[in-house]
Amino acid sequence: MLKFICPICEIETDETELTPGGEAHLKRMGPGSSDQNFYTYLFERKNPRGIHFERWLHSYGCGKWFHVARCTKTMEVFGTYSAQEIKPPKKILDAIKKKLPNGKNVK
Amino acid sequence: MKKYSAFSLIKESFNNHFGWEKAWKKNNLKKRYKVIVVGAGGHGLATAYYLGKNFGIRDVAVIEKGWLGGGNTGRNTTIIRSNYLQEESAAIYEKSRSLYEKLSQELNYNVMFSPRGVMMLCQTEHELRAMKRTYYANRIFGVDTEMVSPARMKEMIPIININGPRFPILGGLWQPRGGTARHDAVAWGYARAISNWGVDIIENCEVIGVNKNKNKINSVETTKGTINCEKMCFVVAGSSSILAELCGFRLPVESVALQALVSEPIKPVMHCVVMANTVHGYMSQSDKGEMVIGGGADGYNNYTQRGSFQHIEETVRALIETFPFISRLRQLRQWGGIVDMTGDRSPIISKTPIENIYVNCGWGTGGFKAIPGSGWATAELIANGEPGELASPFSLERFKEGRMIDESVAAAVAH
Repeated sequence: MLKFICPICEIETDETELTPGGEAHLKRMGPGSSDQNFYTYLFERKNPRGIHFERWLHSYGCGKWFHVARCTKTMEVFGTYSAQEIKPPKKILDAIKKKLPNGKNVK
Repeated sequence: MKKYSAFSLIKESFNNHFGWEKAWKKNNLKKRYKVIVVGAGGHGLATAYYLGKNFGIRDVAVIEKGWLGGGNTGRNTTIIRSNYLQEESAAIYEKSRSLYEKLSQELNYNVMFSPRGVMMLCQTEHELRAMKRTYYANRIFGVDTEMVSPARMKEMIPIININGPRFPILGGLWQPRGGTARHDAVAWGYARAISNWGVDIIENCEVIGVNKNKNKINSVETTKGTINCEKMCFVVAGSSSILAELCGFRLPVESVALQALVSEPIKPVMHCVVMANTVHGYMSQSDKGEMVIGGGADGYNNYTQRGSFQHIEETVRALIETFPFISRLRQLRQWGGIVDMTGDRSPIISKTPIENIYVNCGWGTGGFKAIPGSGWATAELIANGEPGELASPFSLERFKEGRMIDESVAAAVAH
């Protein structure tokens, strides 16, 4: 079972009280964007086998969204951070780099 | 290839069964093929089979990262049905179901297709209404289904508890010609047929890159060397995004885990397949006597072929109300597979941004039932370079054009 530290409650939570929300850090496209960009925003996910930055909702807890860095191949969690961050913080990237020094899958 | 028949069985029984040959050959990779099919699961093998049968294209290699039929073909709950809401889906799934009916004879390999009937339960008012709508749609498209009252359902499936209280049975959608088949045998039967034509099935051969020239590929790099090809089609379910990335484009799919389990074997208690869509529980009894139970898919991206424990627990907990007797059964095995889900829960059989690469993916949680029809439609696409009537609605462009084939709302769940 996946276990994360909710960055808002600062307690360990597990999957049963969380709702997955898919890929994080998407740039929202709307009216005025090109068809291709709008399509990519709506449907084309990275879906990587490796490091995935994703959104989770602490639905049976504080009710707030937060971000998680997780490997979809090993299920290893590299840390959680606030939903207000527009890109993964250095602390998380360092943790990933330490694990995967060649930088594969790290973007 | 030795034909399987009563006569060959008698003949071999005098020979202590030492005379049987391998069902398919293990060949070495050639330098060049006309078509490369990536993925030796049901869909990939069926694609190669119908390429050979319908279009005479037999200069084909089917390459596979793991072993033949070792992905979702070996991990599903073997349900075959075609009672879909949308016309496009009904066409391809019904084609598939009808091909299953004669598959054993056609392949000379017993795929154990058992049209025992599929019952979809209606456990809420909304589901009852949705199923009625599906039933009317089925009538229009010529798919043989009927609505069944709770009383008749109790007669047909005596072990069912129709009174609830939480999930009462308000009715059911019955497809008498649906059923199950032996999942491995489908892959093995197709493999035997194409191997007999000289199609190479190469296992333990992972694609690690493609060599492109402008908008066309010339060759495919694999762990067993470079292969030149005219056309390539990848049929790799959960790994579709990885291959698409190698080819330089993205697909509108996400990979998630889907789980199933079987109980210990018991005497026959249920003759048909029962699908409880509201609670994500799908149950049938295998010929060995195990209750085969499929659960719902997890909600997060996953490539590990393992799912979350609580999903299995939720499925069984909900099914116990409808089938109280299963509370006494012990679980024998539990497993997971990685399925590729699209936004509208319909598959993709399509050309891609690369001219001579084709893709068959996105079957999500319901690919097994579609194997023959999907192979048929994909073979047509590869051979002609353009999709036929079955495949054309399932193109990649439908997402951009907003032309969804919405099967997620229709059945209240993913299939």
